Amino acid sequence: MASIGVVLPGPAAFDAWRDQARRMLAAEVPPEKVEWRVAGEAAGLFSGSAAGLFGGAPPPASKAPPVAVPRAFPALAEVAIRHRDPERFALLYQVLWRLTHGSHGLLEDHADPNVNRLEAMAKSVRRDAHKMHAFLRFRCIQAEGGPHYLAWFEPDHHILHAEADFFVRRFASLRWSIITPEASAHWNGTALTFGPGGSRHDVPREDAVEELWRTYYASIFNPARLKPAAMRAEMPKKYWRNMPETRDIARLIAEAPARAAEMVARGATPPALRRQRDVHLTPPPGVPKAMDLLAPSDPTAALAALRAEVLADHTLAWAAQSTQAVFGEGPIGARLLFVGEQPGDEEDIAGRPFVGPAGRLFNRALEEVGIPRAETYVTNAVKHFKYTPTGRRRIHQSPDAGDIAHYRPFLRREIEIVGPKLVVSLGASALRALTGKAVAVGKARGQVLALPDGPPVFPTIHPSYLLRLPDAAAKAAEYQRFLADLRAAAAAARA
Amino acid sequence: MDLQQKLAILADAAKYDASCASSGADSRDSRKGGLGSTSPGMGICHAYAPDGRCISLLKVLLTNACVFECAYCINRASSNVPRARFTVQELVQLALDFYRHNAIEGVFLSSGIIRSPDYTMEQIVRVARELRETHGFRGYIHLKTIPDASPELLEEAGRLADRLSINIELPQRSSLESLAPEKNFTGIRRSMGQLRERIEAHAEDRRTAQRATPPPFARGQSTQMIVGADDATDATVLGTSTGLYASYGLRRVYYSAYSPIPDASRLLPPQPPPLVREHRLYQADWLLRFYGFTSDEIMSGGTAGMLDLEVDPKLAWALQHRGDFPLDVNLAPRERLLRVPGLGAKTVERILAARRHRALRLEDLARLRVPLAKVRPFLLAADHRPAARLLDSADLRQRLVARTAFTAAARPQQLALF
Repeated sequence: MASIGVVLPGPAAFDAWRDQARRMLAAEVPPEKVEWRVAGEAAGLFSGSAAGLFGGAPPPASKAPPVAVPRAFPALAEVAIRHRDPERFALLYQVLWRLTHGSHGLLEDHADPNVNRLEAMAKSVRRDAHKMHAFLRFRCIQAEGGPHYLAWFEPDHHILHAEADFFVRRFASLRWSIITPEASAHWNGTALTFGPGGSRHDVPREDAVEELWRTYYASIFNPARLKPAAMRAEMPKKYWRNMPETRDIARLIAEAPARAAEMVARGATPPALRRQRDVHLTPPPGVPKAMDLLAPSDPTAALAALRAEVLADHTLAWAAQSTQAVFGEGPIGARLLFVGEQPGDEEDIAGRPFVGPAGRLFNRALEEVGIPRAETYVTNAVKHFKYTPTGRRRIHQSPDAGDIAHYRPFLRREIEIVGPKLVVSLGASALRALTGKAVAVGKARGQVLALPDGPPVFPTIHPSYLLRLPDAAAKAAEYQRFLADLRAAAAAARA
Repeated sequence: MDLQQKLAILADAAKYDASCASSGADSRDSRKGGLGSTSPGMGICHAYAPDGRCISLLKVLLTNACVFECAYCINRASSNVPRARFTVQELVQLALDFYRHNAIEGVFLSSGIIRSPDYTMEQIVRVARELRETHGFRGYIHLKTIPDASPELLEEAGRLADRLSINIELPQRSSLESLAPEKNFTGIRRSMGQLRERIEAHAEDRRTAQRATPPPFARGQSTQMIVGADDATDATVLGTSTGLYASYGLRRVYYSAYSPIPDASRLLPPQPPPLVREHRLYQADWLLRFYGFTSDEIMSGGTAGMLDLEVDPKLAWALQHRGDFPLDVNLAPRERLLRVPGLGAKTVERILAARRHRALRLEDLARLRVPLAKVRPFLLAADHRPAARLLDSADLRQRLVARTAFTAAARPQQLALF
């Protein structure tokens, strides 16, 4: 079979390449028998010994049907075809041929030399596009009909047609032109047109805003952390010509060591005599104004003082990783006081007890047995959220005996000030906090325990236990048991 | 004072904030009016300064006047720096001009605290409102949130911005209390918690929205921690970061090596920490978020709570866990390959796909841009089996230390010259 010459209308004419490639595939023309060329480009420049074959056999004329290829291929090909490498068309056809001749999964094999090269091409094109979005600078001229924005840019690959749309989306309300050596794009506010290439002299050398921009660039730079190699890696010198701010780079680098050394040498300076004035500044919350030396006899004041003390307690190291201490909530003199284990994720953010999933279940249960939550006092044995961080979540971690013991004096004073008839302990940690020892909830639940130094305690389970039960029937049964406990507690508190 | 002088002062005042990200926005454009566009993918860095940092946003303070006395900050109340203040109009005009020249992706606005948190927040919100509502600005907006500003202002800031941030400032409460006495450790965390609640609630609304275009709201929050201004170890820093990521759904924690500032406070160390410390923390942060490492594991590669400055934290960990290696590149599961020094997350994915088609050899790895010298002791390939003594050799570490000027700066004997 003689080689077949295919001429494409443009350097990144993907649709034309695809049509031609389909025809070649339909005619079973193997990759080594196809010579690809762009109209207007000299064949001999790149196709070596096969150059003379152009004008030989014409491509098959029939309209070929689409071929089934992995979805990733057209996406990859559409980008890679913009690469300046003259062999890109042949490489694409080579990969297409292999995909349709027994290697359907070829694109997954990133170590395959063809695939690897194609991916490298696409990556290079994407990087070129990204740098165009980033480093292209417009300059403004006053044209007839208003301002016109002009930019000169020298892309590495044939990306202007593909990337013009980025600038349309971004600057649809402006009128602009982007001129490259190979082609130009023009947007008049409503339509995009392409024209011939130009030169850097088509764009004015400077405009008024650039001086401000250069001031910004020089001022945002920190001379104490000079890393010019890192800068050049991301912003290669070839782009500098068209970026006004880069004119100052050499000076900024040269001056930096002296500026940084001067800062260090000067060391600390005495504070300014004319300090910035503090106007109407309220002190941040949580900062105690003065220590309360006398224990307040008014319970409201006593509870507030205790609360401030809890909020200011930073003894336990792990508590620093929580948002805030969560104090109890409810009226002083409530007949029922509930003690849970510790705040959870939602309580930690809200700063209120029992507002998370277990809290919602607790509220529902209270409502079902006719106890208004607003008439009860609700608090926790441990006042900070203890958790294990795992990625973007916090996993509840049970407080240990030491944690419970640490918060125990706070809890006892809280109970003393509120003065309930009955304290309901929810779960094992609460029961431990109240009794001072490990007591099995399963054995003690439903009975009123008399304590030597405080109101009686009525143990039951923690509502989060209900949430953890996997079996729906068990869950329903346990929920009913919990309701029964609440009713019994309410009755005991009335007695 | 003319605009250029103001810009110089207020950009200089903002440069110690490391964040300049313009990623993770909604998808917007100006085809139906307005100016600008954003995409949900990666941001665009429009220039790089000689400090190697990206310039993506117009990052300025509204004013560098401040009533707070944070020792590490150039703008603290008692500092001798010249003060300036933009008018809303000036700042809006600058942002629009820079944007039309394609020099920025948008703005990052912050401010010194003047009068009160609410007053300051209101000023920041006004600039964003003017940009969005009067000028139809569709570009990226990052607003610094002032802790303890009112919920209404936070809500409006969230509606106008793509990202919000509150700086945690320092890794431990005691440092904040001594170096930034007016700042409130709990208040900062509480504000982060509120932002998380709002961002999540709006994300939930978007998921379940009946309308085609649900109301906009910021997609994320980030924070910054200054490293080297206090005595916190890297272990403390990473422990705090781990807690912050888990607690508040942060997009990023930025680490900013304490940098000598003109007009420094006496409370601060006279010498800055080596920049490479900040770099190692960023690498460790990556290992936490994308490589399945815990902070304890990462710290096992360091000594006395500090990361190894000479080698990257993954290599430092591997050198302490040589018994886990070599791994067979053709058989090891993803989570193990992610622990091989020199293999990035993307490369691991490409290896997993490619090895279904061929038994990978060293030349294949080279084609996948794997740094062979680095992985060689840790990997088995179809044509490669490292000598057992290589992995056990005492000088393995010395062989693998990258000979760059950057790591040279990390060597202890050089540090002594400072």
